[in-house]
Amino acid sequence: MAGTAPVADTAGAGEASGAFLDVRDLKIHFPTDDGLVKSVDGLTFQLERGRTLGIVGESGSGKSVTSLGILGLHNKRNSDVSGEIWLDGKELVGASQNEVRRLRGRDMAMIFQDPLSSMHPFYTVGNQIIEAYRVHNDVSKQVARKHAIDMLGRVGIPKPDKRVDDYPHQFSGGMRQRAMIAMALSCDPELLIADEPTTALDVTVQAQILDLIRDLQQEFNSAVIMITHDLGVVAELSDDILVMYAGRCVEYASVDDAFHRPQHPYTWGLLGSMPRLDRERSERLMPIQGSPPSLINVPSGCAFHPRCPYAELNDGKSETERPELVEVEPGHKAACHLPLEKRREIWADEIKPKL
Amino acid sequence: MFAYIVRRLIGAVLMLLLVSLVTFGIFFWLPKLAGQTTDQIAAGYVGKAPTKEAIQDTKERLGLDEPVVVQYGEYLKALVVGKDYKAGPVTDHCPAPCMGFSFRSSQPVLETLLDRAPATASLALGAAVVWLAGGISVGVISALKRGTLWDRAAMIIALSGVSLPIYFTGLVSLALFSYSIKIFPGGGSYLPLTTDPVTWFQSLVLPWVTLAFLYAAMYARLTRAGMLETMNEDYIRTARAKGLPEKTVVTKHALRATLTPIMTVFGLDLGLLLGGAVLTESTFGIPGLGRLAIDSINTGDLPMVLGVTLITASSIVVINLIVDLLYAVVDPRVRLG
Amino acid sequence: MSVSTSKTPADETRPVQEGEPLLEVENLGKHFPVTAGLLRRQVAAVKAVDGVSFSVRKGETLGLVGESGCGKSTTGRMIMRLLDPSFGKIVFEGQDITKLSQGRLRPYRRDLQMIFQDPYSSLNPRKTVGAIVGAPFRLQNIEAKQGVKKAVQEILELVGLNPEHYNRYPHEFSGGQRQRIGIARTLALKPKLIVADEPVSALDVSVQAQVVNLLEDLQDELDLTYVVIAHDLSVVRHISDRVAVMYLGKIVEVAERSDLYERPMHPYTNALLSAVPIPDPAERGDRQRIRLQGDVPSPLDPPPACRFHTRCWKAQDICKQVEPPLVELSPGHQAACHFPENTTVSATDAVAKAAVTPGTAPSEDPEPAE
Repeated sequence: MAGTAPVADTAGAGEASGAFLDVRDLKIHFPTDDGLVKSVDGLTFQLERGRTLGIVGESGSGKSVTSLGILGLHNKRNSDVSGEIWLDGKELVGASQNEVRRLRGRDMAMIFQDPLSSMHPFYTVGNQIIEAYRVHNDVSKQVARKHAIDMLGRVGIPKPDKRVDDYPHQFSGGMRQRAMIAMALSCDPELLIADEPTTALDVTVQAQILDLIRDLQQEFNSAVIMITHDLGVVAELSDDILVMYAGRCVEYASVDDAFHRPQHPYTWGLLGSMPRLDRERSERLMPIQGSPPSLINVPSGCAFHPRCPYAELNDGKSETERPELVEVEPGHKAACHLPLEKRREIWADEIKPKL
Repeated sequence: MFAYIVRRLIGAVLMLLLVSLVTFGIFFWLPKLAGQTTDQIAAGYVGKAPTKEAIQDTKERLGLDEPVVVQYGEYLKALVVGKDYKAGPVTDHCPAPCMGFSFRSSQPVLETLLDRAPATASLALGAAVVWLAGGISVGVISALKRGTLWDRAAMIIALSGVSLPIYFTGLVSLALFSYSIKIFPGGGSYLPLTTDPVTWFQSLVLPWVTLAFLYAAMYARLTRAGMLETMNEDYIRTARAKGLPEKTVVTKHALRATLTPIMTVFGLDLGLLLGGAVLTESTFGIPGLGRLAIDSINTGDLPMVLGVTLITASSIVVINLIVDLLYAVVDPRVRLG
Repeated sequence: MSVSTSKTPADETRPVQEGEPLLEVENLGKHFPVTAGLLRRQVAAVKAVDGVSFSVRKGETLGLVGESGCGKSTTGRMIMRLLDPSFGKIVFEGQDITKLSQGRLRPYRRDLQMIFQDPYSSLNPRKTVGAIVGAPFRLQNIEAKQGVKKAVQEILELVGLNPEHYNRYPHEFSGGQRQRIGIARTLALKPKLIVADEPVSALDVSVQAQVVNLLEDLQDELDLTYVVIAHDLSVVRHISDRVAVMYLGKIVEVAERSDLYERPMHPYTNALLSAVPIPDPAERGDRQRIRLQGDVPSPLDPPPACRFHTRCWKAQDICKQVEPPLVELSPGHQAACHFPENTTVSATDAVAKAAVTPGTAPSEDPEPAE
């Protein structure tokens, strides 16, 4: 199986490449009264079956907007989506709404952050799974119900034949997320997008859910996009990592490279910000100064420059010129003006020892 | 669930008690507090041309000289088990719920109310069907086509519907469809359903539409706001992510959640209307409870006014009880709560 | 921040020295009644907090960790007297404040402050930053030497905000800055103890670190004592001197930070630590994992004896019959477990002995079953 590490774009615009999921120059903009919100501004990545891509970023980085964009869930009336999304040889951005709708739930499915608000409070868990299955499969209610019970059992819900008739509020948080996963997987999708699937859950339950996603992925051999702000979750599950900042990808690498040889100051900042249980306790955390930018007024040049401690090392280029995402090492891309040697030096001398 | 029903029932009974207490207070106790003598109060119940004897008679009959608590007890007792009125040698039995006798017609109040209720019920229920269908569908479409010409036009019409009084829209519709173009019969042509279904229907079309216009406008705005909120819920996103057709998302997922709170408002509105749609009934000359109320006030027929008030309050309480119980059926979270 | 203070009852007591207990909590509990039936009689109680005891020394940070529903937030609110305890005792600076009326509590409100989780909903959107941070001065009728405005601006500077933002409204600030405003508000009256309930969990990762650092700087500068309530074990490890782990309304383990994280004794603590995802892909394969099954039981009907026995892989019959007391197993390290980890057998015996009340002979071998 081919890796998901970024490959040179062999296929030209308008034709399918070999990758299972191929997102090219995806832009999702929202015109508002205050100005154009560029939530996603030129995102390119590929993903193969059986692999997991972690998309990491802070609030407003565009990670969730990307996932909804792949599923075609943005309202065309208030958003501009451009670029290409190829799923198994089919282009989705230009496809009709009805075509994309037919793929949703069947070929690509999604689980969300808050399983309580993501399930309809008036319908039983079983009914909601049955509904998801029957949209795409022409089967009787009895067959669908059996399938729903079967799915609930597979995601580890005890006594699924009883719990199938419960309402979401009768489930605990972890069970609800399991039920959401059962619903998402009911049609055996090849692409599963998990948007902060464990953020609302307790740590012991989070571990259960992450195990479950990992096991199910092996069983179903699906491609998984794991969207999260938690680097720990990414490190546990992902094969590749895409770090987003202000709607763009700033670093894209295999999980090993991203954690052990990161090439972007923002990635360094994220690593330095989090207290870690696997290291000696550091006296002080190394936060990134300032706050994430507004997407209406994205800083000029490198969007990260107002918060970057190394911005002034680039002779003003940081403020004026947007750094392109370039391959710095085989399979490792970063968008930074700093000379590669300098970056390696800073990482080795200044950042790594303090983590 | 059983405890829930029983609790609601007890609540409803308490509400009705409160209603009786308040109406009693307004009609018998407040005047006293305001400094009226029992003679003056009694005069109000005698009707025109009060003679000394009549007043004395009424005072005794109504027990106006008794302490307030005793009076209220009597009043309640009349409502629950009925009451015997002694008028000289004759004893009139007034069966429960006894609200006394009209002193215009000398009929028992209850009889008159029951006589008038069907007209009001025909008007209110028919209008309710029209406004629910119209208001909700307009509201849903507006919400889905938010910001479009349709939405704006619908909301402007809705705003005018909310702000135009019935005696205006009613008269305009009468002038248009009854006098200029003679499609529907004019005011005062109401006949009970049991007597003449065709006339019943024809005479009610305009009142239904007029009354419904006001409420449909309100419900369209309510539904639109509710829909807009619901469509932003996470579970709607989930429904779409499942690949459901938009129609299913809207009707099965969004509308159901939107309608539950509207049901509560509907209960209040319908309850209020069942006690008499005063303006509509007056405008179209429908002999319902609303007109009865106006007539009784004009003629100073206090027992009748009291009766209509009690009926209105009770219908609100009862319909609210029904809505509460329905709510538990619709929203599983209430059932266990 | 020079503030002229009026005499309060709190001032009259002997000042608490560094390292002495500032706050002591004894057998504190909160049961929320559950009603049912026609008459809404109380049929049960949610035992949100069911008898916790701990003390906080002056100048230290006590971390309170546990999963949702373990009672950590309820405990924090009881310390603040925002909730009335069902039973138990709260002693602050030697004074029992458990039963003080709101009026008599007023002087203590200056010394006890709280930082909330959500920087969006805990600030009044209609008030300027100056009014929010200055409100405590007005409420407590304290006159600042150079005027309230100057005092507020000094505090704003202290928490890393621009003093010129005095007249701005909360919505003009980012989440991290709002949390700074929330912190500034608590600092206005120079509190002695700050209860911080999930102070950083609503913030972005990069901003979390800023606020954690700020809290630590302020502690050094202003000699503050913290009780930090959080679910994030790594944040708690970073910020706390001592850590208490709660499960279903009880404290199951208390220890010095390094002791707790390096030698966790209670199986639940072990499970919690092992569940935290580690941001290092190299450790993916060789980490020893403990996976708890199922969910936390309902606090409405907690399991008898040791509350963790339903999910514990070491549970024996005794765990279902005898509640293990919270006892000191090594210096400064308390745990409530019949079969603790990371400790010697003799300590285990001590627990077993202490746990077995007269009359029930220990039929089980207290040797931990691995």
